[in-house]
Amino acid sequence: MSKLIELEKQANIARQKIIKVTTEVEGGHLAGSLSCIDILVVLYLNVMNHNPKKPDWQKRDRFILSKGHAAPALYTVLAMSGYFKEKELYTLRKINSRLQGHPDSKKLPGVEISTGSLGQGLSAAVGMALGYKYDKNKGQIFCLVGDGECDEGQIWEAAMFASSNDLMNITVIIDRNKYQIDGKTEEVMKLEPFASKWNSFGWETEEIDGHDLEEIKKSIEDSRGRRVAIIANTIKGKGVSFLENNNNYHSKPCCRKDCKKALVELSKKYEMIV
Amino acid sequence: MDLKSTREAYGEVLIELGKQKKDLFVMDADLSMSTRTCFFAEKYPDRFFNSGVAEQNMIGVASGLSKTDKTVVVSTLAIFAPGRSYDQIRNTLVHSNCNVKIVVTHAGLSIGKDGSSHQSFEDIALARVIPNLNVIVPCDEIETKAAVKTAINTPGPFYIRLGRPEVPIINKKDYKFSLGKGHVLRKGDDITMLGCGIMVFEMIKAAKILEKDNIIAEVINLPSIKPIDKDLIKRSARKTMTVFTCEEHNIIGGLGSAVLEVLEEEKGIFLKRIGIKDTFGESGSPEELFEKYGLSANKIAETVKLNLDKKSY
Repeated sequence: MSKLIELEKQANIARQKIIKVTTEVEGGHLAGSLSCIDILVVLYLNVMNHNPKKPDWQKRDRFILSKGHAAPALYTVLAMSGYFKEKELYTLRKINSRLQGHPDSKKLPGVEISTGSLGQGLSAAVGMALGYKYDKNKGQIFCLVGDGECDEGQIWEAAMFASSNDLMNITVIIDRNKYQIDGKTEEVMKLEPFASKWNSFGWETEEIDGHDLEEIKKSIEDSRGRRVAIIANTIKGKGVSFLENNNNYHSKPCCRKDCKKALVELSKKYEMIV
Repeated sequence: MDLKSTREAYGEVLIELGKQKKDLFVMDADLSMSTRTCFFAEKYPDRFFNSGVAEQNMIGVASGLSKTDKTVVVSTLAIFAPGRSYDQIRNTLVHSNCNVKIVVTHAGLSIGKDGSSHQSFEDIALARVIPNLNVIVPCDEIETKAAVKTAINTPGPFYIRLGRPEVPIINKKDYKFSLGKGHVLRKGDDITMLGCGIMVFEMIKAAKILEKDNIIAEVINLPSIKPIDKDLIKRSARKTMTVFTCEEHNIIGGLGSAVLEVLEEEKGIFLKRIGIKDTFGESGSPEELFEKYGLSANKIAETVKLNLDKKSY
């Protein structure tokens, strides 16, 4: 239990960092970073076997951020894990930075493959799972996919390939925040019945509260050695009252005033974690 | 001269490489019989994966697979890679500097009767503008085998363009492929002819026709489109001052454009691009199509003479 309290605190701190950094550098996809940060905190700070000092360690579990625009969330957990110093977060999206607007695997150790153009990360994750299977590597491949991203046909090509090749070492976590740039997913392009889609493509499916750390941890840990699609029901902008389900913050950060307000709110929540 | 298609040569060399390199994996998108990756699939079934008719996913899976310390070759028809899978090639495969070799077959007009939906005239242009992607167009069996070997033994992404029909084996057994190098096949002082792939043999035949009119052509095979042999192009162009490029591809963006780029600061050089004149193709036998679209040796020789006449005015 104490471990979970520690994770709760780290998730809160990660949220504060994402908000501070994106406001400071005046850019970055804020709301979609906040919807998936709990999942990333559980993965990087708890579940995954990885070594920030040796990012290429062969037996590592791997994480692929298919929704590359949530880069601020990925960079935050990479920094908190020790891949680089936290002050580098403030170079996000700036010239000569390793922290590109979307993750660039050539520039930043810890990024397994470049993403940003949606629908492509899962195929790469499936390829890594295929390689691990061939090598009898026991590591698990984790891939975070956005729900809007599932409009892309390539997601379903990859889903079909994974089951066709009996891959039992891959976990897809879908950040089901129910929004995409142009509005609600069910209005822009209907995804439901979503779980049964994954199921019919040959994946075990689970639906969880994507902000309940205990649930996240349990479902992700239990997915090892299986092929599971975890539909994590999340809230875009989660953690700050005026950001939640507010699609205006899809690709823009808080102004300085709102940033202060958000940090005050999160600090209060931090004090309440016991 | 012996004949063999470049795709057949590719299929054969893959088996050889599969034996030597245990980390070599091959993927195809339901065209393994056509691309000849079926030879490898039969011999090394545990290192062959079929994506089904899903080129975009194939590129992504190959990219991910390569990131587990493997060399991966993917094949389909030239029209589908880069065409059908362009964003995946750019943003996943090359952007992540994946050790993946894209080897495509059935390029250009010589696919023949399947018609314009399958005739790729744009692929060199599309591949060439992606930073860090090497682009190779071999002309015969020997060059294909040598180029594929080089690509597989050189880390990083490659695009290799092969053809469907049988073509004469021009190169000798001791031929050596070198990335970024061209080869003078015939020396000449009057004009320079530069080409790649199936057009190399047409250039050689055209040069013989032109010789009858006392036009002595320097014929250069340029298998490496990117990087390209700048020195050789400049040296020959400065000598003859008259350059013709020949390609089974749109004259926009392909080998001819690449040569023009090399010569952009050169003064007084005449350059004519011979190729597909920014149009779609159609069904027909390769021979008929080459005649109609001006790519046969006869037509090339005609074009050269016509332009030399124009140039003299």
